[in-house]
Amino acid sequence: MNTEKRLLRPDMMPHMLCPGCGHGIVFEAMLRVLDRRFATLDQVVFVAGIGCSSRIVGYIDAGTLHTTHGRPLTFATGLKMARPELTVIVVTGDGDGLSIGGNHLIHAARRNVDLTCLLFNNEVYGMTGGQAAPTTVRGAYTSTTPGGNRETPFDAARLAEAAGATFVARAQSYRPQLFEGILEQALDHRGFAFLEVLTDCTEYFGRTNRLGTGVDLLQSQSRAEPAIGVDLAARPTLRPVAETAVRPTLPMGVFHQSRRPTLAEALGVGGGGDELAR
Amino acid sequence: MSRARRLPEPTRPLPPAAPAGNGAHPTLTLVQGNEACARGALAAGCRFFAGYPISPSSEIAELMARELPGCGGVFLQMEDEMASLGAVLGASLGGARAMTATSGPGFSLMQEHLGYASLAEIPCVVVDVMRGGPSTGLPTLPAQGDVMQAQWGSHGDRAAVVLAPGGVAEMLELTRVAFELAERLRTPVVVLADEVIAHMREGMRLPDASQAPPPPRPGPAQPPGPAFAPYRPNAAGVAELPAFGRGYRFHVTGLMHDERGRPTSDPVVAAALLDRLERKVAPAVDLVPADTYRLADARVVLVAYGITARIARAAVDALRDQGVPAGLWRPRLLWPVPEQAMAQALAGAELVVVAEMNRGQWAREVDRVLGPGVPSAPCLKAGGSVITAEELTQHVLGARARTVAP
Repeated sequence: MNTEKRLLRPDMMPHMLCPGCGHGIVFEAMLRVLDRRFATLDQVVFVAGIGCSSRIVGYIDAGTLHTTHGRPLTFATGLKMARPELTVIVVTGDGDGLSIGGNHLIHAARRNVDLTCLLFNNEVYGMTGGQAAPTTVRGAYTSTTPGGNRETPFDAARLAEAAGATFVARAQSYRPQLFEGILEQALDHRGFAFLEVLTDCTEYFGRTNRLGTGVDLLQSQSRAEPAIGVDLAARPTLRPVAETAVRPTLPMGVFHQSRRPTLAEALGVGGGGDELAR
Repeated sequence: MSRARRLPEPTRPLPPAAPAGNGAHPTLTLVQGNEACARGALAAGCRFFAGYPISPSSEIAELMARELPGCGGVFLQMEDEMASLGAVLGASLGGARAMTATSGPGFSLMQEHLGYASLAEIPCVVVDVMRGGPSTGLPTLPAQGDVMQAQWGSHGDRAAVVLAPGGVAEMLELTRVAFELAERLRTPVVVLADEVIAHMREGMRLPDASQAPPPPRPGPAQPPGPAFAPYRPNAAGVAELPAFGRGYRFHVTGLMHDERGRPTSDPVVAAALLDRLERKVAPAVDLVPADTYRLADARVVLVAYGITARIARAAVDALRDQGVPAGLWRPRLLWPVPEQAMAQALAGAELVVVAEMNRGQWAREVDRVLGPGVPSAPCLKAGGSVITAEELTQHVLGARARTVAP
C-alpha cells in the first residue's frame, strides 16, 4: 500500500505487537489520518515513552523520539519550546502516561503545551507481562492482582480535563472511524489536546481474564456505548457482565474544548520558529 | 503563530561589557558563584533552561528566569528534576543549547535522563551544586559527596564528563567549557560545584554580553534520505545528530541501537556502542588540563578540587613555611579521570594527600591510578563543614611523620 510505503520504515518491520492487539487498529487509523493530513512528515515529531504503544512511533518515518518511561511529555515540552513550528504528537500508554508519568501529564495539561497527547489505554502493563495498571478495572485479574484488582482505576479523560487540558476526548479501537475523526480534531486544536483511546491487550488482559479472542475483546468494547451495544449474553466468550472485570460504560467523543494561551504564547515564543536554535 | 502575550522585559538587562579599565587594573565586578555559572551559560549561547528549585543552586535558575526571555530564550520551572532534564533534552534535540541546575537530591532524580542523554548522544549541561547528603541531608551545608554519583549514578556503564570549578571565575569559565564539550562530544556534561563556590562572591571580569552567540550546532555530513544513519560516528567517534525538523527523519531511542538508530539486542553491536561512547569522551582529558600550585619541586603533593583546592593552597603555603616541600595538583576534570596527567604530576611524590569533603570518593581513583607504591594519606571530612587549612596542614604533617623517613 502506498500509504505504508510513504509513512512507515520497512526496515523496522516486523512490528512487535501481538496478534489481536488493539494497538494495531489504532495505529492503522492513525496512519490514515497522517496520510490525509501531511504531504511530508519532515515537520512532525512523535515523542513516546516506554511500553507497547510507545514502541509504534519507531515504525513511522518521521522525527521519532522514544524517551524514558513516563516522561515523553517532558521531552515534548522542551522540544516544542525550542521549535514551536513543529507538529508534536506524544504517544503514551496508561502505565506510561497515568502511573509513572501521571505528574508530567497533569503539568503538561496545566501548561497547555501545544501538542497532541494520544494515550492508548489497554488497562494493563503489556510489555512487562500483564501487571495491574492504574486503569485496571476493579476485580480484574492481572499477574500482580492474583485475587482480583482491589483498587479503583483512573478516568484519564476527566483527569486531563481537571488538570487544564483544552481539548479532551475519548475514542476506542472498536470504532476506528470515530477515532480518526477525533484525532483530526485533536490535531486541529491549538493547545494541549488529550485523546484517550481504549484498546485491548489480548495476550495478557484477555487471556488472564478469559475474555476470549481479540475479536471478542473488540466487540466487548461496544458495551462502552449502549446505542451500539451487542447482546453480551448471546456471546458466552465475551466479558461476563455479572462477574466484573469489564469496563464500565464509558462515553466516547469530545468532552471538552476551550481556548486559552498555549505555553509558547504565554511565554511569547513562537514568532518565526527556530528561535532558540540559531 | 502570533505573539499572544509578551512577558515584561527582564527587570535587569544583561550586564554591559565590563569596561577595560586602565589596562593594569581591569574593572572587576563582585559576582556570586551561581551567578557566574549562569553568566557563563548565557555567554556560551544557552537559550533554554528548565529546572526545579533546590538549594544551593536556585540562584542559577532565578538568574536564567530573569535573563533568558530578554535574549530570545526560554526558562521553564518544571514539576520535578526528571521533567527538568527531560525538557532540556527535548530542547536540545530541537537544536537549542540547553541546561539545568540542581543539587544532590535533584541530581539523584536526574540520573535516569543523564543515562538517556549519554546513550542517545544529546548535548546538555547539568550543574550540580553539591550539598551534604545522603537524602535531604544538609540543606545547605557544603560537601563533595556527589563525585561518584556523577560518574556511576545512572545504571549501566556510562561515559561521564564531569568538571569541577575551583572558584567563582571558574564557575563561569567551566560552564562555558561544559557547553563546548557537550556540543563537541554530543554528550551531557556535568559541572560539579560545591555550596561554598556557588555562594561565595569574588571580583571577576564578566564576559562581553554583546558578543554574538556561538554558531548553531553543525549537522551531520551525510545528506538526508532513506540511507541516513544518525548514529554513524564521525572521525572522532561522535554521532552528529541533526536537530528535529531540518529535513532529516530519524529515530532516537534509549534502547541499544545500531548506526541507523534502530533498536537492537545484538550483544556485539551493544558492546561496540558502549566502547565508542567511552572512547569519544576521552579527549576531554586534554581539553581541560589540571591546575597546579607550587608543584614543580614538591615532594608532598596535595590533590584537591573545588573549594577544598582553594583551602589546600593555603595549606601548601603553611607547609612550605615549615620547610615541607608541598605542592598542589588540582584537577578540573574529575571524569573521565585524567590518569596520565595524574600519574605524571604525582610521579616521584613521597606522599600524596587527597583532600575532599566526602569519605574518600575521588581518593580511591587516585589510589587506583598511582598504585600501592606511592604512600597516600587522604584527608577526608564529611558532615557539612569544610576542611580548614589548619586541619589539612596538621594532617599532612602527621602523615609525613608516619610515612616519610626523616
